[in-house]
Amino acid sequence: MWVYLINIILAGAITKILHEESGFFQKSGLLSLALFVVSFILLCVIAGIFRKKYITQIYLSSGLFLFFLKELVVANLKVSYEVLSPGSNLHPAVITVPLDLSTDLEIMLLANMITLTPGTLSLDVSEDKKKLYVHTLYSDESREVFRKNIKQGFEKKILAINQL
Amino acid sequence: MINIVAAIFILSGIAFMMIAAIGIIRFPDFYIRMSVVTKASTIGLGLLLTGVGIYFNTLETIIKTISISLFIVLSSPISAHVIAKAASLVRVPFWNKTNLDDYIEAKETPDDPRYVEHNYGSSSKEKSKKI
Repeated sequence: MWVYLINIILAGAITKILHEESGFFQKSGLLSLALFVVSFILLCVIAGIFRKKYITQIYLSSGLFLFFLKELVVANLKVSYEVLSPGSNLHPAVITVPLDLSTDLEIMLLANMITLTPGTLSLDVSEDKKKLYVHTLYSDESREVFRKNIKQGFEKKILAINQL
Repeated sequence: MINIVAAIFILSGIAFMMIAAIGIIRFPDFYIRMSVVTKASTIGLGLLLTGVGIYFNTLETIIKTISISLFIVLSSPISAHVIAKAASLVRVPFWNKTNLDDYIEAKETPDDPRYVEHNYGSSSKEKSKKI
């Protein structure tokens, strides 16, 4: 965790210095952003020489981020279609999802991602932190399929990142 | 060229927000409305801020837009979660077509005060008729 924080600060410093010294980067902010990302990845690769886990962690978390963006866009288009098309095609339901995650941070990540994808809303976590109550708009597929989607998609990826 | 890209981002953000506003009027139930509204603030504002960052194209604006969208992504689902939990504690009724089998099973204990008076499965219209 600390390695990433130090890398972010160092990459910010590199970007700031290059931005002030050269006129090339001063023209465009997007180029400076690209410079920041590239220097952050390079610093993580340098850290990965000493411990390989830093490279795989960056790779897996960017995979999770891209998967989340894809889900966000797809679900948003689905809900937008539902709003704009006449008639109602909703089958709302409250479904319990059993959790394999143990720490609070992981459960928070999963619940936040579920809430951010349209059509699903995490209602509650049971007292023993083993079940998550999810309110969904589309339960026409069976409950098992819904549970499997969440477990195979978000939960598996979050677990893989944390288990390294 | 860069103006057109920025305009596309901003216009699609505005379109998503407008769709969410229509959704608030159209959808039948508090929980469904909640799950539609929280996304207007995330993807709509996210697209809008991306458009602004691309249009101004300086380092300062990009830092500001990225940090604004980060804070929104962190705070908006948490507030949605808290509001939904409060609603289920105060027994806001679900829509009558909602499938609540799992939830009732979980809360069905004799001394759970939530279950006894909870008006599961009755819409607000039916309720007003009874009164």
